[in-house]
Amino acid sequence: MMLVQSWKALARAVASWIVPAAVVVAWQCAANTGLLPARVLPGPLAVLHAAWSLVQSGEMWANVRISAWRAIAGFFVGGGIGLLLGLLTGLSKIADIALDSTIQMVRNVPALAMIPLVILWFGIDESAKLFLVALGVFFPVYVNTYHGIRSVDAGLVEMAKSYGVRGFALYRDVILPGALPSILVGVRFALGLTWVMLIVAETVSAQAGIGYMTMNARDFLQTDVVVVGILLYAALGKLADLFARWLERTLLRWHPAYQSGAQA
Amino acid sequence: MRAIPGVASFDSDCDTAPAQRVAGARSNGAAARVATTPAVTPALTLAGLGKSYGTRCGKRSVLDDLSLSIARGSFVAIVGRSGCGKSTLLRLVAGLETPTTGTLSLDDVAGRKPDTRIMYQEARLLPWKTVLQNVMLGMPASARDEARAVLDEVGLLSRANDWPAQLSGGQRQRVALARALVHRPQLLLLDEPLGALDALTRIEMHALIERLWKTSGFTALIVTHDVQEAVALGDRILLLEEGRVALDQAVELERPRVRGSTRFAELEDSVLSRLLKRPHVATLADPARQPAWIGLKRRTIG
Repeated sequence: MMLVQSWKALARAVASWIVPAAVVVAWQCAANTGLLPARVLPGPLAVLHAAWSLVQSGEMWANVRISAWRAIAGFFVGGGIGLLLGLLTGLSKIADIALDSTIQMVRNVPALAMIPLVILWFGIDESAKLFLVALGVFFPVYVNTYHGIRSVDAGLVEMAKSYGVRGFALYRDVILPGALPSILVGVRFALGLTWVMLIVAETVSAQAGIGYMTMNARDFLQTDVVVVGILLYAALGKLADLFARWLERTLLRWHPAYQSGAQA
Repeated sequence: MRAIPGVASFDSDCDTAPAQRVAGARSNGAAARVATTPAVTPALTLAGLGKSYGTRCGKRSVLDDLSLSIARGSFVAIVGRSGCGKSTLLRLVAGLETPTTGTLSLDDVAGRKPDTRIMYQEARLLPWKTVLQNVMLGMPASARDEARAVLDEVGLLSRANDWPAQLSGGQRQRVALARALVHRPQLLLLDEPLGALDALTRIEMHALIERLWKTSGFTALIVTHDVQEAVALGDRILLLEEGRVALDQAVELERPRVRGSTRFAELEDSVLSRLLKRPHVATLADPARQPAWIGLKRRTIG
């Protein structure tokens, strides 16, 4: 029984890789036959070669490290503030009246439209990138936290109160877990936005990082390095998404959508 | 109206017709269980209780000048159509809402506020806590053994570490029952707790609730729109109509009650007739004179 299940899971995992593998093979064939000039798009092997030389020179690690640091720091600053403000406006009527409509108004300003202003404020150093990433991450986390807390089942809260669950315990045992699915949706959105914001910020102006590496390569017509940079962003984005999914699976074990096996 | 030991007389200023019927229905004496209960202070007394809500078009009265008392250790079923105020009455007793007029006094033997637990139509289990953690809600961690014992009583000890989402509807209600009973309440309020369950599960739940009520000795108040459920469980049936008690009917059937018995069916039909405001078929025992539609009647109103 277990063996059949694990075989099925393995087959599913392999099947989902068939199409991407086929695309890579077709890409290599097109590059080999000259259908796709190296100036436009170098083949996968050339890209791998470029990546390998970047790894050997230590350039790749240095740039990935600085980009990842920007993403993580920006995510935690923006997400943290979004979570705290979302909790505040979700739980307190006064904070809701005072802050929510203001935040909703500011939300209509596209974060990327702020770039000229951000450069004027912070110049082109680290704080500008941190600010842009944090700004992009803030809103999805805020909106989903607020919504999650507002939509906690009132029946459960009434029940818990009648069983003597009050104060901090009520937040810890009922309200926060009830809002968690929605908060995690916000986190997943935010993780996706983190990379979008970072790519734009690094492409506009940077002295280090993956964006800097690709823009530099563009100046020297090193298309293969540009493709390596793009793939690096994709890989890091995927990593962030895997992290979000792992977070959901771990924190929402109780949720029917994440349960496998024994059903009543 | 005759005074019955243990059951204080009800006093509702509704029209006289149901009052006469009540007097007639009670002429055989009190229910067996009520009669054996010593006449101590009632568990619950309502005096002139009223509840109204402000709506756009003025005030809407849900309960109106309700006065009655519930004997300690008795099992009282409150029936009525949807919107007759029966759930509001239960929420008032539970302290979830405050009455607009009148008083509601709850007393345990020592005169303190008794521990009251309520069971809702939905189980209202916290989905992010295991079955055992749900039963232990609001209890100290040291109550673990107690919680396991109660879970065993409702037959779900083997599911202690499962999530509520993994249980069936009936199992969830059994967990909710265990969660209420682990506090050893003196007053258990049941707000149509079995309304969403299938007929077979409901009969099993009746037996379980009856057994636990017998062994634990709490006072139980069940709100239901199912007359059969009321007759199966109650010592006394209160029929609410437009915010007032329209019928106060003692049930003198022996427990465990046999649903197919003539007296059960007669009583069920009498309450149902009153509820539907149709003429009561007194000659039910004579099948020749029984109208054909009796066999087709719906048992559930509301």
